[in-house]
Amino acid sequence: MSSVLKIEKLWVAIDDKQILKGVDLEVRQGEIHALMGPNGSGKSTLAYALMGHPKYEVTEGTISIDGVSLNELEPDARARMGLFLAFQYPVTIPGVKVADFLRHAVSNIRNPERKEGEGLLPMRDFRKELRSRMDELGIEQEFARRYLNDGFSGGEKKRMEILQLAMLRPRFAILDETDSGLDSDAVRFVSEAISRLSGPDMAIIIITHHERLLEINKPQQTHVMLAGRIVEHGDARLAHELHDQGYAGIRARHPDVAAEEEAQAVKNETHAVVKT
Amino acid sequence: MTPAPSTGFDAKAFERFVATRGEPGWVVDLRRRSFDLYRQKLQEPLTPEEWKRVDLRPLQPNRFSPAADISTAAQFETLLENRASFAGVVSHVDGHCSAQKLDDRLAARGVLLGSLTELVREHREILEPHLLTRAVRPDADRFTAWHAAFWTGGTVLYVPRGVAIDEPLYSLIGLAKAGGADLSHTLVILEDGASATLLEETSSAATDTAGLHVGAVELLVGPGANLRYVQLQNWNSHTWHLARQAGVVERDGTLQWTLAGLGSRLSHIHQEVTLAGQGASAEVNGVTFATGRQLLSYYTQQTHKAPNTRSDLLYKDVLRDEARVVWRGMIRVDAEAQKTDGYQRNDSLLLSPDCRVDAIPGLEIEADDVRCTHGATAGRVDAEQIFYCMCRGLSRYEAMHMIVEGFFHGVYDRIAVEAVRETLSRAVERKLGIGR
Repeated sequence: MSSVLKIEKLWVAIDDKQILKGVDLEVRQGEIHALMGPNGSGKSTLAYALMGHPKYEVTEGTISIDGVSLNELEPDARARMGLFLAFQYPVTIPGVKVADFLRHAVSNIRNPERKEGEGLLPMRDFRKELRSRMDELGIEQEFARRYLNDGFSGGEKKRMEILQLAMLRPRFAILDETDSGLDSDAVRFVSEAISRLSGPDMAIIIITHHERLLEINKPQQTHVMLAGRIVEHGDARLAHELHDQGYAGIRARHPDVAAEEEAQAVKNETHAVVKT
Repeated sequence: MTPAPSTGFDAKAFERFVATRGEPGWVVDLRRRSFDLYRQKLQEPLTPEEWKRVDLRPLQPNRFSPAADISTAAQFETLLENRASFAGVVSHVDGHCSAQKLDDRLAARGVLLGSLTELVREHREILEPHLLTRAVRPDADRFTAWHAAFWTGGTVLYVPRGVAIDEPLYSLIGLAKAGGADLSHTLVILEDGASATLLEETSSAATDTAGLHVGAVELLVGPGANLRYVQLQNWNSHTWHLARQAGVVERDGTLQWTLAGLGSRLSHIHQEVTLAGQGASAEVNGVTFATGRQLLSYYTQQTHKAPNTRSDLLYKDVLRDEARVVWRGMIRVDAEAQKTDGYQRNDSLLLSPDCRVDAIPGLEIEADDVRCTHGATAGRVDAEQIFYCMCRGLSRYEAMHMIVEGFFHGVYDRIAVEAVRETLSRAVERKLGIGR
C-alpha cells in the first residue's frame, strides 16, 4: 500500500512573522508534484517546515505520514520516516568526508532504530553501492573522499544532493530549486537523474521557477503558492502556463491574496529601509 | 623503612622528602638549589603575560603532598594502553614507579627505559648533562623550581646513537590517592640519528579525588634524531595540572609533538620548542576539548636559534559549557636564525554560548630573512549544519560529533601514529557524551 504525506491547514511563523497561512496538500508515494509560485510566496518555508527546522514554528495545522503526526518530531526522526529535502543551498561541513557522512546517513535511514555508536552499514557493501550510484550519476569517485560540499561548485553541490537522494531512497523527496544556478547541461543531467530515481516507491515534490525539470519529470499535479497559501491546483498544463505567462494571471484570479502579497512586500521594503 | 607522611611543600616537608629518597649527592644538590630558588620565586610575582588569564587563587599547595608509598590496588582506565603493542612500558602511580619493562633486544642495544628515581643512581653520566639543565631550567619560574626540588620520579627514555625503535613505547602517569601530588619528570634523550615514539598519558584512578601535577617534560633530540612524543592529559576534573615542557632539537633532528588536553580542573602548560641546530624541525599539534568549568591554558613558544630551521604549530580547541581555553603563542627568531620557516595557528570551535577562548599569537623576530606566519580563528557550530545533518537522519549528538570530528580532522591528519588518532577520536566521542 502506498504511503500518504498529508499537510492540513498548516500555519508557519518565523520569528513571530506568519509566512504560511493555511496550506493543504496531499502527496501519495509514486506521484510527482510541482510546487510553483513567485519569490517569497512560501515554497521554501513549506519545505523547511516539513523537515522540522527549529526556526520554523508550526502555529497551527498538522503534517502527517499515513496518519502519524510529524509535528513534534525532530528532523532526524522525520528523515528516518522517509522524508528528504534536497537543499537549495547545501551547507559545507569541513573535515567530514562525503563517504563517512553518507555511511552514517544511510545506516540511520535504513535502520531507523539505530542509536549512535551502534553498527554502521558494512563498509564493503556501502562502498560498492556508493560507487555504482556515483557512476550512474556521472560523479567522479574522488568526490567520496572530499569534505562535504567544501570547495564544491554550485553544480557539484546540487549533484551531491541528488547522490544523497539516490543513496537514501526516501518515500517523499522535496527538491528545493535543485535547478537554480545550473547551466542547461547540468539541468538536463539533474532532470534525467531524477527521472531514473523516481518510481512507485518515491514521491517527488519539485519546487521550481523553470519548466526544464518538469519536461522530463512530468507532474501529475501542479500547485501554485501566493502569499503563504496554495491558491491553485492543476496538472502539467498549469506549470506550462506559469512558465509561459508568469504569475500575472494567478494574481488577477486571486486579487485578495495578491493585495496581501503586495502589502507584505511593501512592509518588507519599509522594514529594509528602516534597517539600512 | 616507613617514612612519616609529609604534607605540603615547606622546608620541613622538603627535608623529610629528601631523607626518604636516599639519592646520590649530585641529585640532592640539584634539589637543594632548586628548593632555595622555589622559596625565592614564591616571593616574586608571576609573569603577567603568561599568567594573567589563569586564576590560581583556589590552588592550595598545602592540601597536596607526594604519597609516601604506592597504592598498589589502584586501577586506571587508560585510553592508550591497550591500543597498540609497545616495545616498552613504564607506569608511575602517585609518583612511584609501579611497572616497567623493555624489549630485551632494545635493552641489549643500550636503550634505557625506566624510572628517573632509579636511573639517577645508576646512570649519572647519561642523565646529569641533561636533567633540568638544557630544556627545562629550575630557575625558569616558581613551578619549575618547585618541580626541580620535589620531583617524584617519571619516565626516562634514552636511545643511544643510531638506534631506531620502530614500535612505540608507553608511559602512564597515574594519581590514585586523594590529595596526592605527582611531580613526575619525563626525560627523553635521543642521541645522534636515533629514533623513537613515546606515547604518554595521565590518568586518575577515581573521578572525584583532588590531585595535583607539577610536572616537567624534557625532550632532547640529538643531531639527525627523530622523536615522536605524545602526551594525553586525561586527569579527572578535580586535578590541577601545571607543567613546563620543553624540547630541544639539534642539527637536522626532527620532533613531532602532540599534546592533547582533555581532563583536569585547571591546566597550564608552558610548552617550548627550541630549534638549536641548522636544519632542525619541529611540528607541534594540540588537541583540546574543554567542557564543564574547565580552564585549559597553553603558553607555547617556538624558538629558532639556528639558520634553516622550521617549526609548525597547529592547535585545535573545542569548548563547551562554561569552559575556557587560553592560548598564547610566540615565535622567537634569533638574529642568526636566517631562513627560518615558522608557523603557528590556533583554531577554536565553540559549542555553547557561555564558553570562551582567548587566542593570542605573537612574533618576535630579530633575523631579517625569515618566513613566519601566524593566525587564530574562533567559530561556533552553525545551527544550519546541525539541521542539515539531521535532515539526513543523524541525531543531534551524532551531527555535533561529526562536526567536531571534522574540525579536529586537520590536526588528526598530522598525527602519524594511528593508535593516537583513534584514541583521540574515541576520547572526544566519550566527552561529547556519546554512548552514555
